[in-house]
Amino acid sequence: MQSKKGEIMNGARIVIETLIEQGVTDVFGYPGGQVLNIYDELYKASDRINHVLTAHEQGASHAADGYSRVTGKVGVVIATSGPGATNLVTGIATAMLDSIPMVAITGNVPTSLIGRDSFQEINITGITLPITKHNYFVTDVNELADTIREAFKIAKSGRPGPVLIDIPKDVQTSECEFVKGGVVAPYPQLVAEDSLIDRAVELINESERPYIYIGGGAAGRAMTEDIMALAEKIDGYIGCTFMGLSALKNSYERFLGMQGMHGRYASSMANKEADLILAVGVRFSDRATGNAAKYSKSAKIIQLDTDLSEINKNVHVEVGITGSIVSSFKRILERCEKKERPQWRALVGELRQEEKRISDKAEEKSKTQMTPKRIFDIINEIKDENTIIATDVGQHQMWTAQYVDFERARRFASSGGLGTMGYGLGAAIGAAIASGDRTVLITGDGSFGMNLNELATAVSYNTPIVIVLMNNGVLGMVRQWQTLFYGKRYSNTVLARKTDYVKLAEAFGAVGRRASTLEEFRAAFSEGMKHDGPFLIDTIIGMDEFVLPMLPPGGSIEDIITSVDLENDNTDGTKEEKK
Amino acid sequence: MRSVISVYVDNKYGVLMRITNLFMRRGFNIDSLTVGETDDPLFSRITLTIKDDENVIEQLINQLKKLHNVRQVKLLQDASSVERELMLLKVKNTPENRNEIMVAAEIYRAKIVDYKPDAMCVEVTGEPNKIDAFIDVMKPLGIVEMCRTGVVALDRGSSIMEKTKDRYE
Repeated sequence: MQSKKGEIMNGARIVIETLIEQGVTDVFGYPGGQVLNIYDELYKASDRINHVLTAHEQGASHAADGYSRVTGKVGVVIATSGPGATNLVTGIATAMLDSIPMVAITGNVPTSLIGRDSFQEINITGITLPITKHNYFVTDVNELADTIREAFKIAKSGRPGPVLIDIPKDVQTSECEFVKGGVVAPYPQLVAEDSLIDRAVELINESERPYIYIGGGAAGRAMTEDIMALAEKIDGYIGCTFMGLSALKNSYERFLGMQGMHGRYASSMANKEADLILAVGVRFSDRATGNAAKYSKSAKIIQLDTDLSEINKNVHVEVGITGSIVSSFKRILERCEKKERPQWRALVGELRQEEKRISDKAEEKSKTQMTPKRIFDIINEIKDENTIIATDVGQHQMWTAQYVDFERARRFASSGGLGTMGYGLGAAIGAAIASGDRTVLITGDGSFGMNLNELATAVSYNTPIVIVLMNNGVLGMVRQWQTLFYGKRYSNTVLARKTDYVKLAEAFGAVGRRASTLEEFRAAFSEGMKHDGPFLIDTIIGMDEFVLPMLPPGGSIEDIITSVDLENDNTDGTKEEKK
Repeated sequence: MRSVISVYVDNKYGVLMRITNLFMRRGFNIDSLTVGETDDPLFSRITLTIKDDENVIEQLINQLKKLHNVRQVKLLQDASSVERELMLLKVKNTPENRNEIMVAAEIYRAKIVDYKPDAMCVEVTGEPNKIDAFIDVMKPLGIVEMCRTGVVALDRGSSIMEKTKDRYE
């Protein structure tokens, strides 16, 4: 062991040295009894690695997630044992469901105390087993550095995801030799067989109505140009899942936007009308497909995914291609015939007109001035292409998906798969710290209430975050379901809180404004976008704004709801939720 | 469709839990699962049997392959593999049924491994349907208790399942 030219150091320092070796410049976390040694080493290495202290470990985990979504780097979060570790659980699960690379480091009680229900002892590897790509309980300091390296490798390989490393305190204090290594590379990706690519190309060439359907697996990779090139070449249209948002500019003429439960009308209808779906990094979740058995029955589906277990998981596909999505897509692009499909173009044109007609009618009929669409029009007008958009979960999130003009990839942080209310503020802090760019958090009064403690963090680090709090006094998305499917029995969704969000922002040391009209909103948002530090806008909207269109859960495209008339009631609760 | 799947895994603490956790998480209902160290102590071999349709089996295999500690997964084909299971079965020993137990044991090539005036313990190995048949024979005689190991299986011939291969993702 003496042959290498390493340095003898303790486990805690090895943790920090290995993080630095792996290119980590920022970590998020919260100290505690069993990570004191790690924090001691962080203190000593503070000129080489930046630690962001949040108000709560959950906020730290979401911050690491937001940091990763914006940079593509592995997000790192540190927490102590017991409650510190369990507070990470929601953040880790959020990252898992959205395939976000993350390394979570937790301390634990010394190995001699493990299994004795010691103070703040918890089996966090057991708890996080189903929500991590892999996890480790390190018992030997000699294995610590390689374990951390492997964790990074796993987190960023193939379909990315979170990895947790639990390190007992005695492993942090034991010493061994540390030899500095290099940044680990991801595992190599399989190259798809030629015959599969040829079969896919054949199906595309034969098709009349091709629809390119992109998801999170495409959005995170640099393939925007190729997607556009294929759409041009085959005269096809592009739709996306929630996680696929921001991969393409909304203004791109062949892009129809998000499809699915709250997808845009033209995109969902085109998905249904297509005779060929080229699915790229999507997992056909229930929110995207509705009733999977009825999903796009007439279309042949080609699925490209890094994760082989995604092929045929939720819907049956004609051709499943695993391995590198980027290289498979490029090969398909090269081999496809250039072909005009004027009938498809005409059909999509009609769908778009219908979409516009529905939307115009809704705006026209709207009784209030502060409609979500008009608020987002102002946001779109004032933001620039570098503005990062983060959201929480609920109606505001779906309005963001429908109305925000995304201009470039990796400028969007939102919890898609897990649907974590309370995700947004932490993620916005992580995103803003990662990029230094202005971050707009779109949230609701329900979600914001879950983790608003992180306003303290946003103020401490003076992060440029504009919080658009869409305040309707109700849990709007649940209320919408209650209106449509539960006979307007508004069980526990009327918040009736007396919180003054302007004062709340001020109490935390941020700036707060209230906007009850579009003029006020415009003024406040313009001011916020120039403000140095966190800025909250209490944006008052009506409690009966709906997210439309909507496909009822378990339903299919035929059941699409495009308008709701509360007075001439078509909301008698008879549209019971389909199981 | 009944399928037998062989899995090479790292012989490490907690690996079995990762496997069983996957079954619970994805709702796979496994009929039997056996696990033991291999000739190389770095690896264990798991044999599991499951009755379900083809899509489910494909999903199970693909999900197993994703686990970091899983090195190799193979679906064994009926025709080209050997399956065995072992059972210990304790049955009431009475003057009336003693003879029948001995005859059945001989026909099934079972061994009587314990003999007490009130009960006998029989060891029987074979394919699962042979074990089932033996249980049916013993049932009327009064089974006291029994346990089965679950299926172990290997491919016929000299073909070997590679324990490790380069990891791709």
